[in-house]
Amino acid sequence: MKLTQSLLAGTALALVAGTASAQDMTFVSWGGAYQMSQQKAYVEPYVEANPGVSITWDESSAEAVARLRAMNEAGNITWDLVDVVAADAIRLCDEGLAMEYDPEDMLAPADDGTSAEDDFGDMIVSDCFIPQIAYSTTFGYRTDMVPEGVDAPSDICSIFDLETYPGRRSLERRPINNMEWALYCDGVAKDEIYDVLATPEGQDQALAKLDTIKDDVIWWTAGADTPQLLADGEIFMGSTYNGRLFSVIVEQDQPVAMMWDMQVFDLDGWIIPTGLSDEKLEAVKDFVYFATDTQRLADQAAYISYGPARQSSAPLVGEHAELGIDMAPHMPTNPENAENTLLYNYEFWADYRDDIDAKFQAWLAQ
Amino acid sequence: MSDTTQNGPMLAADGTPLKRSLNRALRRQKLRALMLIAPLLIFVLVTFIAPIADMLFRSVENQIVSDTLPTATEVLEDWDHTTGAPPGEEVYQALYYDLYLAAEARAHTRLGTRLNYEYTGVSSLFRSTGRGLEDLGEEYQDILEDADDRWGEGAFWYELMTGTGDTDARLVREHRARLQALENARLTGDVGFAPSVEIKELLPQTTFAYTDFAVFTALMDEDVVAEEDPWEGVYAGLAQDLETADLSGYDGPGAEALVAAQQTLAEQAEPINYTAFFESEDKDWVSPDIWATIQTYSSTYTGGYFLNAVDMQLTPDGIEMRPDGQRLYMVLFQRTLFMSLTITLSCILLGYPVAWLLANLPASKANLLMILVLLPFWTSLLVRTSAWKVMLQQQGVINDVLVWLGLVDDAARLVMINNQFGTIVAMTHILLPFMILPLYSVMQGIPPSYLRAAKSLGATNWTAFWRVYFPQSVPGIGAGSILVFILAIGYYITPEIVGGRTGTFISNRIAYHISTSLNWGLAAALGAILLAVVLLLYWAYDRIVGIDNVKLG
Amino acid sequence: MAATSDSEAFVAFERVQKSYDGETLVVKDLNLTMPKGEFLTMLGPSGSGKTTCLMMLAGFETATYGEIKLDGTSINNIPPHKRGIGMVFQNYALFPHMTVAENLSFPLEVRKMGKSEREGKIKRALDMVQMGDFAGRRPTQLSGGQQQRIALARALVFEPELVLMDEPLGALDKQLREHMQFEITRLAHELGITTVYVTHDQTEALTMSDRVAVFNDGRIQQLAAPDTLYEEPENSFVAQFIGENNTLEGVVKEISGNTCTVQLDNGELISARPVNVTEVGQRTQVSIRPERVETNKERLQEGAHLLKAEVLEFVYMGDIFRTRLRVAGNDDFVMKTRNAPDQERLKKGQMVEIGWLPDDCRALDA
Repeated sequence: MKLTQSLLAGTALALVAGTASAQDMTFVSWGGAYQMSQQKAYVEPYVEANPGVSITWDESSAEAVARLRAMNEAGNITWDLVDVVAADAIRLCDEGLAMEYDPEDMLAPADDGTSAEDDFGDMIVSDCFIPQIAYSTTFGYRTDMVPEGVDAPSDICSIFDLETYPGRRSLERRPINNMEWALYCDGVAKDEIYDVLATPEGQDQALAKLDTIKDDVIWWTAGADTPQLLADGEIFMGSTYNGRLFSVIVEQDQPVAMMWDMQVFDLDGWIIPTGLSDEKLEAVKDFVYFATDTQRLADQAAYISYGPARQSSAPLVGEHAELGIDMAPHMPTNPENAENTLLYNYEFWADYRDDIDAKFQAWLAQ
Repeated sequence: MSDTTQNGPMLAADGTPLKRSLNRALRRQKLRALMLIAPLLIFVLVTFIAPIADMLFRSVENQIVSDTLPTATEVLEDWDHTTGAPPGEEVYQALYYDLYLAAEARAHTRLGTRLNYEYTGVSSLFRSTGRGLEDLGEEYQDILEDADDRWGEGAFWYELMTGTGDTDARLVREHRARLQALENARLTGDVGFAPSVEIKELLPQTTFAYTDFAVFTALMDEDVVAEEDPWEGVYAGLAQDLETADLSGYDGPGAEALVAAQQTLAEQAEPINYTAFFESEDKDWVSPDIWATIQTYSSTYTGGYFLNAVDMQLTPDGIEMRPDGQRLYMVLFQRTLFMSLTITLSCILLGYPVAWLLANLPASKANLLMILVLLPFWTSLLVRTSAWKVMLQQQGVINDVLVWLGLVDDAARLVMINNQFGTIVAMTHILLPFMILPLYSVMQGIPPSYLRAAKSLGATNWTAFWRVYFPQSVPGIGAGSILVFILAIGYYITPEIVGGRTGTFISNRIAYHISTSLNWGLAAALGAILLAVVLLLYWAYDRIVGIDNVKLG
Repeated sequence: MAATSDSEAFVAFERVQKSYDGETLVVKDLNLTMPKGEFLTMLGPSGSGKTTCLMMLAGFETATYGEIKLDGTSINNIPPHKRGIGMVFQNYALFPHMTVAENLSFPLEVRKMGKSEREGKIKRALDMVQMGDFAGRRPTQLSGGQQQRIALARALVFEPELVLMDEPLGALDKQLREHMQFEITRLAHELGITTVYVTHDQTEALTMSDRVAVFNDGRIQQLAAPDTLYEEPENSFVAQFIGENNTLEGVVKEISGNTCTVQLDNGELISARPVNVTEVGQRTQVSIRPERVETNKERLQEGAHLLKAEVLEFVYMGDIFRTRLRVAGNDDFVMKTRNAPDQERLKKGQMVEIGWLPDDCRALDA
């Protein structure tokens, strides 16, 4: 009698525990090497520690904003945690599609006790944005295509110097970054770039500068384009995300080198969609607390050359998980690489993107 | 009975007119048939017709402006933008309370995004102002609470606003509707508050702001109104009302507190000035341009998206062309049409001989060839397009062969990708089966005896083909062309990958506006125009060739 | 075309062979000459090579060996459109996208004929087939018989001297077919055209032709006028193929001039005319036409042969009676008797004696 009772009680307990921890969550990310770094650095350790949890990936980050908006209109949000770039996080927050959160409450403090808010600092660019990494858009070039007797390009303005560095370039098919580089190389002081770019004259000035290389540019839309073009020798130099260039140079051992000058920093992180059930939200919060702590963010850098968004993680960045090379010199935030940088101006582009993009595309189509 | 109805209508056996009886029998049959196809019909309606209708609706829909700023847009109607002066204080006052509720509902940034399509900078203007709205009321709140603690108590406020006499339930209904429009949802539930008529007359702005607060608290936060402290905006309203209110006739709840508050505010606070507040938030608020834009786009429906889609714009001064450097869509429409026609033509030129071979080879060889034709369908579109990249790029297979043959100089390799040529080649390859299959099925139906007959009548091979075979294969060309053209005109992945600067289609811009700029209204307008162009061409085709001349099989 | 002195050889096949696959011959050593103005029918079962012969004559198939001559000249290397041969196809092959008049105009246009001349000829051709009112119709708006007439008119409108017809009446119902048979022969004779007509319908062949060539197994089995063909078949295939035929099998016992004695398989001896039996002991098929069999001894001439027979079936067919008998072990022996007042109506199971004249009984190859 006693035995059956205790058995029953035990079963009931197990059942309760089972339902509490068993969660299926859908995470959205970019696919490829980046998603793999997230999988290795935090999802696998988390699932190991929480056997009831299962996580499904959806590689839809590129169209996350549109998809979330459509899901919201249909009243059926099927995503639980979404990886987006900072600009998209700001828009999702603006549209009310991402949940505002309190960093103190939801994120782990640093090991030395520094609060999460201070540890992430300026990286929290929106009330909805949970930063993970800092990446940069920068240039790579073919070392074997540098003309003889000429120094390897180390200045952003070599992009516009067709005489010294003949050959085709690749640039992203959007105004962001390109307009800034064009103005900078047209003599505009770095701290005045956005003031100038806000005026129609400044926009024309930037387009005029881009006009000088228009016929020698292949315009890319996918991050994988420039690495492929570089590897095939289709272009001399091209812009893309620094992690993509890292894998061309280090992992694929192609004759390609980095040109860090005027790299544009941007952030990538999580947002939590609004309208999750309480149960789901608890599960997501638990994961986020784990996945954004100092060690986890530092671990991610072992798989991909993006800088952890926490200050406290930087000293913990070690070696590449497979190649065993020191990752620090490949980080965009490495002091040697970050002598001359630009930070993506979220406020400016939120306002001017539609307008300048229309002009940029019209210019492209001509 | 038959006598009396001899001249009337024919009757059925039961005496009802035959016609009605027949109709009833037929109707029952039709109804049964309809029931049978009903699931499919509903499926088609839901999945096919409804999205198109939704797209057409979105291309003109513009409720967001009047839903978010209902009072402000109403007051703004009287303002004349041509004076070059910003609107008066009453507009800023209305804006303050509209924006306050919108900010609480997090809808003001959505409106900012919407208006930013028309006027650059509105996005951040709305976002930053939304954060500062509380500051105005907070100033008066501090003064009032310092003077009397009760001003910080939700219960006191509730008692004051509810009063003792008649209450105005209509105002609550109006504000509930206002919130429903903002949230785009039906809100049910009891607000648990109605302002007294007396207070409403005495303190109109306070009542307005407090009702917004009450409705939002009860319906959105699902809290009890009496237990919550009112928003800062309510204090701004009170400050404004007390500047002029004559409290002498009022003896309801909190009468003495109101009198004291009027006294305190008159002594300690600056008179409220909404214009100055907004100007201090951002000086753009006193720019007449921004108000002219809001005024222009305050109607529920707008042709603005369609105008944008044809490189025009709706400005306060009427419709005008976009400046030279910003015209994009007409170029893209023309390019899309031109390239789709070129692709269709190339498909005819390449597909016709293949289809002819298919139709005339012995069955075993024809089957093999058919597999080769269908093979592209079995590989992913991305793979096929990327394969063309490898073939056509400057360091690609074709250029390598040409250089090796000495036909092309190594320094002057041909540019065959990331331009129109590359797009046309890749898309012709991808769409070719859609030309070959209908052509093949039509050609299979042309007996070889026609060609023999023509030859026996004295026609040369060419005449026999051109005058006898070709005209009979035209329905296949028609069907194939319609398929290929319609597919081509809406294509987007291939031009995106290999189109470069000059080979992109209008659909690439539609995709951009759907997924990146989120300007769905413009995307819908572009899509609607594309749909109209296709329908127009279809109509023209029907007129010229005749649609019964199209055979898909 | 100049009138030929050698009228016997307007069309000539000389040792023509045809093979499609290089292994089997579909036409084996064909020799055939046709005088001008003749109506010749090629008759045979499907696969017998008759259509192939027609197609070789038209130029759509090439002869593997041998020569085809038209009016004395070899046409082996002349393409079909230069042969000037009119042709009517099995399914008419009227061009569906052209009106009747346009169909008729087609052969005239390709001959670069002037408009007025064309119109005159079209009108005449249409009147000739009584289709003058249908010039503006499309082929699909016509009935089968009308289409047939148009096909005929089109084949004749450019006044060819030779017309080929490939089973032209196959798709028509019986009544219409009989009517068209008459029309076609009338026109052919009126216009004096040489006609080669292919059919597998023996009645058609017999009623229309001047001569019939019976094809089987790639060879002409017999080429003769219809009456000769029917009454004097030269081998058992022709006897079987043309009209209804009774056969009795046996062995030749004796040959003497115009008669021979055949011992049937049941031992009975009968006399017959030896047609292609040459030696004693040879197996033979004896052929007797059903209408030449009699039961009424009074009608039999002196010397008629008598055999015992059992009535298996008696069918009343109005003008005749058709009786199936068992004769000398053959259950399918048919007798046709005229419906006359003195003709006995036989009963099933009745035993009768039947007979025929030795001249009507032909001993053929087995």
